[in-house]
Amino acid sequence: MFKGEFPTPEDRMGGISMAKNDLALRVGGAAGDGVSSTAESFAKISARSGLHTWTYSSYQSVIRGGHVWTQVRGGLEPLLSHGGDPDVVLCLNQQTMDVHQADVLEGGAIIYDVDGVKPDSTKVRKGVRLLGIPLRKKAQTLSPNALMRNTVALGAAVHLFDMDFRHVESAFKDIWGDKKPEIAEQNLKAAQLGAEAVKAMGGSLQLGLKYSNEPKYLMTGNEAISLGALAAGVKFLAQYPMTPASSILHWMAVHGPKYGVVVKQVEDELAAMNMTVGAGFAGVRAMTATSGGGFSLMVEAIGQAGMTETPLVAILVQRSGPSTGLPTKTEQGDLNLALGAGQGDWPRAILAPRNPEECFRLTAQAFNLAEIYQTPIIVMSDLYLGEGFRTVEKFDFNVPIVRGMMATDGGVGNAKEYKRYQITDSGVSPRALPGTKGFQHVAATDEHMESSELISDVLSGLPEFVEERRKMHEKRMRKLEGLRKDTPPPEMWGSKNADLTLIVWGSTWGAAHEAIREVEAQDGVKVNSLEFPTIFPFHADATQKLLRGVKQSLAVEGNYTGQFSRLLRAETGYKPDHFYGRYDGEPFASRDIADKILEVVA
Amino acid sequence: MEFEMDTYKSEIKPTWCPGCGDFAVLRSLQTAVHALQLEPWNVVIVSGIGCSSNLPHFLSTYGFHSIHGRAVPIAEGIKLANPELNVLVTGGDGDGYGIGVGHFIHAMRRNFDITYLVMNNQIYGLTTGQASPTSEMGMKTKSTPIEGVIENPIDPISLALASGATYVARCFSGDVKTMAELVKGGIQHKGFALIDCLSPCVTYNKINTYDFFRERVYDLAKEGHDPSDMKAAFARAIEWPATQRDRIPLGLFYRNPKVPTYEDLEIAFRKGPPVKQPLGVENPDELMAEFL
Ligand SMILES: Cc1ncc(C[n+]2csc(CCOP(=O)(O)OP(=O)(O)O)c2C)c(N)n1
Ligand code: SF4
Ligand SMILES: [Mg+2]
Repeated sequence: MFKGEFPTPEDRMGGISMAKNDLALRVGGAAGDGVSSTAESFAKISARSGLHTWTYSSYQSVIRGGHVWTQVRGGLEPLLSHGGDPDVVLCLNQQTMDVHQADVLEGGAIIYDVDGVKPDSTKVRKGVRLLGIPLRKKAQTLSPNALMRNTVALGAAVHLFDMDFRHVESAFKDIWGDKKPEIAEQNLKAAQLGAEAVKAMGGSLQLGLKYSNEPKYLMTGNEAISLGALAAGVKFLAQYPMTPASSILHWMAVHGPKYGVVVKQVEDELAAMNMTVGAGFAGVRAMTATSGGGFSLMVEAIGQAGMTETPLVAILVQRSGPSTGLPTKTEQGDLNLALGAGQGDWPRAILAPRNPEECFRLTAQAFNLAEIYQTPIIVMSDLYLGEGFRTVEKFDFNVPIVRGMMATDGGVGNAKEYKRYQITDSGVSPRALPGTKGFQHVAATDEHMESSELISDVLSGLPEFVEERRKMHEKRMRKLEGLRKDTPPPEMWGSKNADLTLIVWGSTWGAAHEAIREVEAQDGVKVNSLEFPTIFPFHADATQKLLRGVKQSLAVEGNYTGQFSRLLRAETGYKPDHFYGRYDGEPFASRDIADKILEVVA
Repeated sequence: MEFEMDTYKSEIKPTWCPGCGDFAVLRSLQTAVHALQLEPWNVVIVSGIGCSSNLPHFLSTYGFHSIHGRAVPIAEGIKLANPELNVLVTGGDGDGYGIGVGHFIHAMRRNFDITYLVMNNQIYGLTTGQASPTSEMGMKTKSTPIEGVIENPIDPISLALASGATYVARCFSGDVKTMAELVKGGIQHKGFALIDCLSPCVTYNKINTYDFFRERVYDLAKEGHDPSDMKAAFARAIEWPATQRDRIPLGLFYRNPKVPTYEDLEIAFRKGPPVKQPLGVENPDELMAEFL
């Protein structure tokens, strides 16, 4: 069995003690109850305890009320998902109890405020400890601040997991810092009250996890994208707030100016994309970020960048559609949108990071591709990856920076002869930035000649210009060849000679790998997965090679129509044998994929 | 003088109909940049789509001939990347006051140091004569053939005053000399300059012709208007088209050089123009430490 990834209750409850390798805490309440800050503190404590950490937040688009919960999973081994049922649920209201009490693993515990929340002991699994603690009353002995009860509960959880309290102290220091040391101190006391309560009620869960206490880096996919952009030298970000892309704007607004980055919230996504085009034209590395709704507003302008051959990076963090959809839920339903954005054909690349490390690397690479090929590069992520916290290895900021061919680099003729849209084999023409003496030109969205003079208005249709148009269009589209060479190829992960091959893209990767490990360990089937960090230009030859050994396939995608599967079929003629789509707003769970695998290979 | 008048002309001949008001705007702009001796490579002229938006091709500066209605945000992006450039926007009434009106308002409230010339012919020229947001009530066009326009025209001058533009002027293609002076003033002005250019479309607008304007225009300066007085500027602005159509004020309605520009307030510029900044992160450990 893949060691300890999937402990059964027997592992823990039975006489033979099997070491447990991971833990999961679920915090639930109403919006405004402080669920996410409590969970974030716990994630930090987990990462500082040396655990690989992974979070998933289920929330709604309300500021107060509703039901929100976050699961934090920590593991001694690298994690691939936020996991299944938790060891401990922390209930900040009755609804959390009602919804989640049955999920707690045997031998686990439920923390709740005895004054107001009631468990139903018939619903919980065997051996689950019901830890009713007067959270609010204990908190009130220290402070009138209502949120302090969360801290009491947090302390209880930390003790249940036998984690070192110094990480609690340091997490609070980070939040309240030197500015409000007395509040940090008060919270630490509150956490200790929670821990003491648990001690008096039977002590820790004794999971036996050996914490290294060597802190790990913890961040969201959106933060990793922001860091990748900074590493690549981004100097401009224009954005209009839209979940789940907003945290890129928030993070960059705090950190950007220090690195000379202009960060702007603008009037709408049309402005965001057009300003980004303007900034890219003027010579800075420029980007915008949004979700599907905003991206829909950007399509005319991004096509403009393709036509004017202006570099830029667009981040598309998907949420559930169509239309406003489920603003706080995940999906992979915007692939057709990205593939088809803008009228006519224009060269683009679409990269789809699978994890935060790739968010960092592919975003940095996107800026090089954008400038080398002078065209927009789209990086597609989703809510699950963008907003979830994951521990990562330290990023290498020494990313290559390649700015592409400039007219002033020499060897491209002198200024008088300068042709902005010179026809070349690669399709790339030397670029000149405004301010460069003698290389003046007009970037044109109408079809144009090499000099950028228009052929759209009075010349189109004349035989000579029919030919000019054809040549210019082919020149632009030739960039796809280079883009294909310079983008990461598809990868086959896992066993050779597998009975079944999963076909996945983007954030689905983690749950897919976990499912594969699970079925391989428990059911003896051999499964591997074919993955696509580059969606477009499609690596058809490489894909076909990898498909040769595939016996049977199951495409796993977070959408209804199998948008990627259709692309795969269009590009290679290969139709996946089975399709598993998820479009209920929730991320893929490894257990569900595993069940689907077993169903297919049975 | 270092640069001759011709230096600013490109080799491309304008494709406008003979008599189109846009020739005068081109001429005025050329005259203004020549008078100011701007280095052509440090000037960027951004336009949208429309007959008027073809203008950048006819000058020898840098240009960006963008999509319909989006010239203003393109210009803002350019300015934010390289504030040392002289950035101008040229386009039509449909482009700026119709499809792009949202960007127009926001650019003014930001007081970007950008000069915006709108060739206002009160019609959609390039698409062969539909109603525009400045078409007069009752005007019959291809898209309003039966009863004419039943919408109130936008008044760009009042809109600009209300939105925070700090240089607001109107001129007429029948008077290139004054137009060139106003354009020059707009370029010199630190802040957002809107210059509404009454620029007749001789092909599709048979109402708002050169003669129509010649009979009605008057010079604000000659009537003692004080452009530092915002209240007076509003009073003049609502004269046309809001309240009557017999007297049309021309000239400088308002100018306020004391308002800080967007560029003055942008924190990232404290390091200098973004386009000149080194790429990458010097001390990544510091950044990463935040996540530990
Ligand atoms: C998104 C989009 N919608 C419509 C058009 C078609 N179109 C081109 S120019 C124009 C109107 C031009 O009017 P105006 O801006 O007043 O310029 P003029 O030709 O009068 O100078 C329209 C509707 C377009 N190019 N793009
Ligand atoms: S159609 Fe009107 S606006 Fe267009 S070029 Fe002719 S006269 Fe000028
Ligand atoms: Mg017009």
